[in-house]
Amino acid sequence: MNILLTQLINGLHVGSVYALIALGYTMVYGIVKLINFAHGDIIMVGAYAALMLLTSTALPFGIAAMLSVLFCVTLGVLVERIAYKPLRNSPRISSLITTIGVSFFLQNSVQMIFSPTPRPFPIRLSVPTIVIGSLKISGLTFVTILVAVLLMIALELFVRRTRMGKAMRAVSEDMQAAQLMGININTTISMTFAIGAALAAVGAILYSTAYPSVSPTMGALPGLKAFIAAVLGGIGLMPGAMLGGFIMGVAESLTKGYISTQLSDAVVFGILIIVLLVKPSGILGKHVSEKV
Amino acid sequence: MNPNPHHLLEINDLGIQFGGLTALEHVTFSMDPGEIVGLIGPNGAGKTTVFNLITGIYQPTIGSITLGGQTLNGRKTYKIFQSGAARTFQNIRLFKKMTVLDNVRIAAHNQMDYNPLVGALRLPGYWRDEADTTYRAMKMLDIFSLTEHAGEMASSLPYGQQRRLEIARALISNPKLLLLDEPAAGMNPTETQALMATIREVRDRFGVAILLIEHDMRLVMGICERLVVLDYGQVIAKGTPAEIRQNERVVKAYLGGSAV
Repeated sequence: MNILLTQLINGLHVGSVYALIALGYTMVYGIVKLINFAHGDIIMVGAYAALMLLTSTALPFGIAAMLSVLFCVTLGVLVERIAYKPLRNSPRISSLITTIGVSFFLQNSVQMIFSPTPRPFPIRLSVPTIVIGSLKISGLTFVTILVAVLLMIALELFVRRTRMGKAMRAVSEDMQAAQLMGININTTISMTFAIGAALAAVGAILYSTAYPSVSPTMGALPGLKAFIAAVLGGIGLMPGAMLGGFIMGVAESLTKGYISTQLSDAVVFGILIIVLLVKPSGILGKHVSEKV
Repeated sequence: MNPNPHHLLEINDLGIQFGGLTALEHVTFSMDPGEIVGLIGPNGAGKTTVFNLITGIYQPTIGSITLGGQTLNGRKTYKIFQSGAARTFQNIRLFKKMTVLDNVRIAAHNQMDYNPLVGALRLPGYWRDEADTTYRAMKMLDIFSLTEHAGEMASSLPYGQQRRLEIARALISNPKLLLLDEPAAGMNPTETQALMATIREVRDRFGVAILLIEHDMRLVMGICERLVVLDYGQVIAKGTPAEIRQNERVVKAYLGGSAV
């Protein structure tokens, strides 16, 4: 019983990180109908930013984390302005390829600056382990889940209640009509990329505390899994990304615990295939019939 | 030609080409404040293109558009909305996943003048502005008899009410010019009658000039003070409904070359 609970909690730990990253994919898709494949590399840049701040300055962990989030937000907004905005009205495949190009650009730039050698991520946080009966939950796991859940609640409130959040929903539903109702879509899109990058940066730091090895290609796998989480839950839907992230994490953790560590990725991808066979638009996605 | 200071809207020698295909050319007409003008013509004549040019969806190849003395050429769509031209759509384009009230409120967003810091910190200025916007939006819903549906999703409204909500959403920004694209499309004669009354009331109450595209000739002839007739991208006639009814070119354009 304890093993099962431990595995479930571990699953929620990685799952909450996937969910945070998946939100970035899904929000950007919801607004500009673009899969931003460079999103995973924002995680990597976030991890390097935090690594640099933690190793070369004496800043406290919290401040270093906040600065790396800010750095990623700036990067995310710049990438959209420079690389994606000029292609907003081009065929979707052009923008898609551009996101892959940006992904390589970020990986190679970091490789040039920091060399491809992985570096250890310093965890300068000591959180006490939580003991409930015979169950032990690592403090980091607890903090990760807590931070992720709080951010998701904050995001949901932001999108439901604020002026900018409503503008985002309007733009995602009908960009042209939103423009014609006085909404500045450039600001709204920038905001979306900023939020996505911020969540990815937080995800990066949480991910690095769990897998403390930082390398230029480290963003690829969590990025891919978060993307799958977003598709699994229903791309474009925020609750879908959260649900998808948690399902991915738990499935991965249970496979590792009960079946085999090597097979965990295969199982996760298998789940995706089965879900998409049954519900092509994802778990929470609504079936959209093509207009003829 | 100098812009006439009395005109609200001035369209001068407007033309647009799409990849060599001329969609509109030499379109010239003007509107006075508070005037109701009909833009009519056969399908494909370029009526909605005129709307898209005024609202900045398209940029004209040549010609100029001025609204209240300000030139609109090259201005961004959301800025044009803010400078006083609001529209509705041929195929209703409400934000369907938002409530009726939010649909109206969202179009008033740019009029709230609290700064982002005041908003983020939820200072009194924010609540004042939000309450004010909600009040104005509810009043607007009341005018269009939509009050009881304020909390419902826009998609749950019946068709006729969705059309009315679109007009309410456009009016919340206090526009000087309201562009209605086939407001009576899909309505039965009774609904059309009610719509005519509403359009007149809107003009009288808000003092807004209304440019409307419509195929229902009874509506057009009944409420428009002047008409502009487009055919194949060109203005073929301008005048009062009575004049237009007598105009041979118009009759020919509508009934085909073989007509009397």
